[in-house]
Amino acid sequence: MSAELDELYQSIILDHNRRPRNFRVMDDASVHADGQNPLCGDQLTIWLKLDGDLISDVSFQGSGCAISKASASLMTAAIKGKTRAEAEQIFTKFHGVVTGTHPEDAESMGSLKALGGVSRFPLRVKCASLAWHAMHAALAQHGAAGAPVSTE
Amino acid sequence: MAAGFRDVRPDFPLLAAHPGLVYLDSAATSQKPRVVLDAIRTYYETANANPHRGAYRLSGAATEAYHGARGEIARFLGAADVDTLIFTRGTTEAINLLATAWGRQHVHRGDRVVVTRLEHHANFVTWQQLARDVGAEFRICELTPDGRVDLDQLRLLVTANTRVVAFGHVSNALGTINDVPEIVRIAHAIGAVAFCDGAQGAPHLRADVDAMGVDAYAFSGHKMLGPMGIGGVIVRRALLEAMHPYQFGGDMIEFVFDGDSTWNTLPHKFEAGTPNVEGAVGLAAAVRYLDALGMDAVRGHEVALTRYALDQLSTIEGLHVLGPAGAELRSGVVSFTLGDIHPHDLSTMLDVDGVCVRAGHHCAQPLMRALHVTSTVRASFYVYNTPADVDALVASLRKAKARFGAHVG
Repeated sequence: MSAELDELYQSIILDHNRRPRNFRVMDDASVHADGQNPLCGDQLTIWLKLDGDLISDVSFQGSGCAISKASASLMTAAIKGKTRAEAEQIFTKFHGVVTGTHPEDAESMGSLKALGGVSRFPLRVKCASLAWHAMHAALAQHGAAGAPVSTE
Repeated sequence: MAAGFRDVRPDFPLLAAHPGLVYLDSAATSQKPRVVLDAIRTYYETANANPHRGAYRLSGAATEAYHGARGEIARFLGAADVDTLIFTRGTTEAINLLATAWGRQHVHRGDRVVVTRLEHHANFVTWQQLARDVGAEFRICELTPDGRVDLDQLRLLVTANTRVVAFGHVSNALGTINDVPEIVRIAHAIGAVAFCDGAQGAPHLRADVDAMGVDAYAFSGHKMLGPMGIGGVIVRRALLEAMHPYQFGGDMIEFVFDGDSTWNTLPHKFEAGTPNVEGAVGLAAAVRYLDALGMDAVRGHEVALTRYALDQLSTIEGLHVLGPAGAELRSGVVSFTLGDIHPHDLSTMLDVDGVCVRAGHHCAQPLMRALHVTSTVRASFYVYNTPADVDALVASLRKAKARFGAHVG
């Protein structure tokens, strides 16, 4: 069982939890959205700067467990410079990996494959996917303020 | 193990089925001894029928089982007037009964409703929404730095227009044992009623409802070794008799005319529909079991275990325990944080070692905000826990701390 924990809390996850990347407010963002899991007390905000169809910058801030924070941090690195459609494709693939429905996709996901260990802990999928749902909501609303998303 | 308290783990089939399990979440729900499961089975095998309705003997047996259970539970909780115990699904429904049936009748615009910062959402939101709906003032009594109700502030808050003071016997989040007689005195001094949420009190302390002087005491069976879906509230008879029923249907009526109806006597007036007989019978078996152990011995066991846990946890650098300092001031609940490790990460890591703890806001968001935390880890003890369970908790916490590395402490 300890091997499962080793897989869940890999050093890259602990590193992104300790030193989250792109962890800042973005004043000139095109869109932003909040993600909240009230039961956990997790809450974060995702900011995206859109340059036409391109996500030219992305950042986040908030508080949560190591899994939700590392996932948000890794997500910002993964979707920066991608088109909206590419970001959504990465989300779909990521979802298949953390829920364990498409574990074979993990190898092609770069750093994000570190979150594959979550699939062994179904109760933690909601932590790993919070930032992604917020990103998806931000892209969908495109400027209009929407309700915060939740993965509980 | 405290002196005079036998190892009761063999009495609990779930614990026998999971030998390595370290169950430290009894404040959420307790495990059930075999006698409770047997009582439910025996009821269905020998006495099941719809109580109060049939003229045949089997229905009589069901009626007897149901009211026999009421008598045993009332006696266990120290209430002499058995028919003032109203069965509900649990504490939450009991508080909603009070806020609806009593509150709508007695709380009006300009009145004041007082709760404390320690309350579980069931005893907070229910009164908050009543106050909102009728235009009454909703006031929250704050805490002392060590997590106890600030009685000096309470005395100031309970003004002449206060109709009700709603408070917990024991805090589910911190384990704080409240000074119930003093809170009752403060409420009664100006003629307010004192409603006590006993969900975390009844399982662990001798409740003695009559002696405490409360106007209502709500409890949940599943936290005191009984089944889920049964609980109740003991209410002062004069209040109950003046209260309008809040649910209508079978059993609670006397005569039904085309234009109006009259109500059955207590307790039936507040128990519409077919009752939860198996729940009542199961809970009666649970209180018999607790009685046989002795509530003073149960308390002694938990104080010893809590003291040991507080001692052992204090050896972990970076671990911060919330709530009152001494084991005597709290029930068997220890709520804590460990460095900057999120409680949900801790809970997952402990789970892998078979240690079940609660992580989260414990249905007490207003309290968490006041304590400046989003969540905590809570370990809670009951009759079947042992010092070895505490050792397992501490060992698992040390491993978790090592895994998360230097940014703790």
